[in-house]
Amino acid sequence: MTALAAPARHLSPLAGVRHTMTLTWRSLLKIRTNMEDLVGLSLQPIMFLVLFTYVFGGAISGNTHDYLQYALPGLLVQSVLFATLGTGLMLNSDITGGVFDRFRSLPIARWAPLAGAILGDVVRYMVSVAVMLGFGMLLGFRITTSALAAAAGCLLVLGFALAMCWISALIGLLARTAQGVQLFGFTAMFPLVFASNLLVPTDTMPGWLQAFVRVNPMSDLATATRGLMTGGPVAEAALKSVLWAVGIVVVFAPIAVRVYRRKT
Amino acid sequence: MTHAIEAEGLVKRFGKTTALAGVDLSARAGTVFGLLGPNGAGKTTAVRILTTLLPPDGGRARVAGYDVVRDAHQVRQLIGLTGQYASVDEGLTGLNNLIMIGRLLGLSRRDARARALHLLDRFELSDAAGRPAKTYSGGMRRRLDLAASLVGRPQVLFLDEPTTGLDPSARTSTWSMIRGLVADGVTVLLTTQYLEEADLLAHDIAVIDHGKVIATGTPDELKAHTGGQVLEVSPEDKAQLGEVAGVLMSLTGQAADTDLSAGRVTVPVTGAAALPEIVRRLDAAGVQLAEFALRKPSLDEVFLALTGHLAERQPGSATAHRPAAAPEELSREPEGSRR
Repeated sequence: MTALAAPARHLSPLAGVRHTMTLTWRSLLKIRTNMEDLVGLSLQPIMFLVLFTYVFGGAISGNTHDYLQYALPGLLVQSVLFATLGTGLMLNSDITGGVFDRFRSLPIARWAPLAGAILGDVVRYMVSVAVMLGFGMLLGFRITTSALAAAAGCLLVLGFALAMCWISALIGLLARTAQGVQLFGFTAMFPLVFASNLLVPTDTMPGWLQAFVRVNPMSDLATATRGLMTGGPVAEAALKSVLWAVGIVVVFAPIAVRVYRRKT
Repeated sequence: MTHAIEAEGLVKRFGKTTALAGVDLSARAGTVFGLLGPNGAGKTTAVRILTTLLPPDGGRARVAGYDVVRDAHQVRQLIGLTGQYASVDEGLTGLNNLIMIGRLLGLSRRDARARALHLLDRFELSDAAGRPAKTYSGGMRRRLDLAASLVGRPQVLFLDEPTTGLDPSARTSTWSMIRGLVADGVTVLLTTQYLEEADLLAHDIAVIDHGKVIATGTPDELKAHTGGQVLEVSPEDKAQLGEVAGVLMSLTGQAADTDLSAGRVTVPVTGAAALPEIVRRLDAAGVQLAEFALRKPSLDEVFLALTGHLAERQPGSATAHRPAAAPEELSREPEGSRR
């Protein structure tokens, strides 16, 4: 094989894409072998859906069906956002467990492990969205716009998650342990998820909180997704979400890549 | 190429700590090169630099003829790495771990699978091929690690403590595996905390301590270097161990090592010339001898002589003794059993 032939001087960009695909495959294989992953991706969204709809639904919207119509797009945002934490967790365990060092001793593109981890996660987010939407529909959620608009809503959520997973990757690279990733990640995510219009209309909140909710990008994302699935204003919220997503990528991707390069 | 690994003046600093303070190494192609040293001596840092994982702050190194910094990509195509840090993916099955590496190295799906199955068979992991690596025992994991580093048929293999934590039979089978690879022309750099392992496997050894190479040579050369031979004296009466140690130290001017449980004092000697005088003095002191033997030193003793401490043992359970030390402290026993 390579034993006697002179080793290649450079790596072709195409090879980098191939490495990324292999590492994406690896990331997806782990969904099957890892119980926590399966639970996190399927059971957790279902649990949130059932709990929020039937525990809070009546109190917030008067009846559970109306609440489901309101909250499902928000829960979609929430579950995908929580799922982005997986990126950081996986990077962290790869680094502390030594898997990354093996990758780095192989003649592969430096960025392939990072790209593979993130691409694999996009598939996870899709699973999470599909489970949530499918189960929601079983419970009575109805898309009142069009299939195309709903698909656009899903894409928007996925795109935003793709941006957020750079933050998660950065946390995963910086944290010393997986527990650190969890702690740091959840501390950052809970205010974003709950101080928003994801699950509750904002008009009952005190003014200072409303001010935060208005600038919270999750609110825009939820509003846009809601509009795309059940009708309502979309344009402004969608534009803001996209701008936020782009902004997050522009700021965090270079930092994460930098830390990644230094670390690896 | 006669040298598969050549390093000159490698320097690496982490903040204020100097991990490597100018390390020179050279390993002949097709041999086993043993890198020995206590924890924190810089072995792992050296391996990380040689395997392109870490850039050196100074000096340079060539592996299989390629510069580890400038030609890192070429180096990576020619090396394999197994160790404390380069590991397998615990969430993947043994088979998929190896297939993944084969695919990353550019093998087709079919070839990657065939290579993986072949290696699993060779390392007696076929039965566990479909199980996630996290369910493997320590020995199985180590074998999978080793298999993973061989997927690309490396010319130079870096094994960082490959048998640490393995049971004796797993260790023996790893050794025969390493010998087999070397017979096929592979160069192996081995770090180990088992001096016996280096003695058995390595053609050349470098002893590293505090970031510097303090001795190099074949195992035999290193043993000859420390004064040539070791005198072992066991008195009939263990209570006389202290007197024996005193006599040996005063006549040889060397550090004596007292092993209480074995009832034996050992000391390095340069020749047989001093032996009659030692026997006379012991006799005059009323010591009845159970054993009086001259032999080659073990690498353990070489290590002790070179670094002033025994390899990889906790301070307190083993200490080196200089002739100036008080006789009561001349024991090599675990804490609790001291006199």
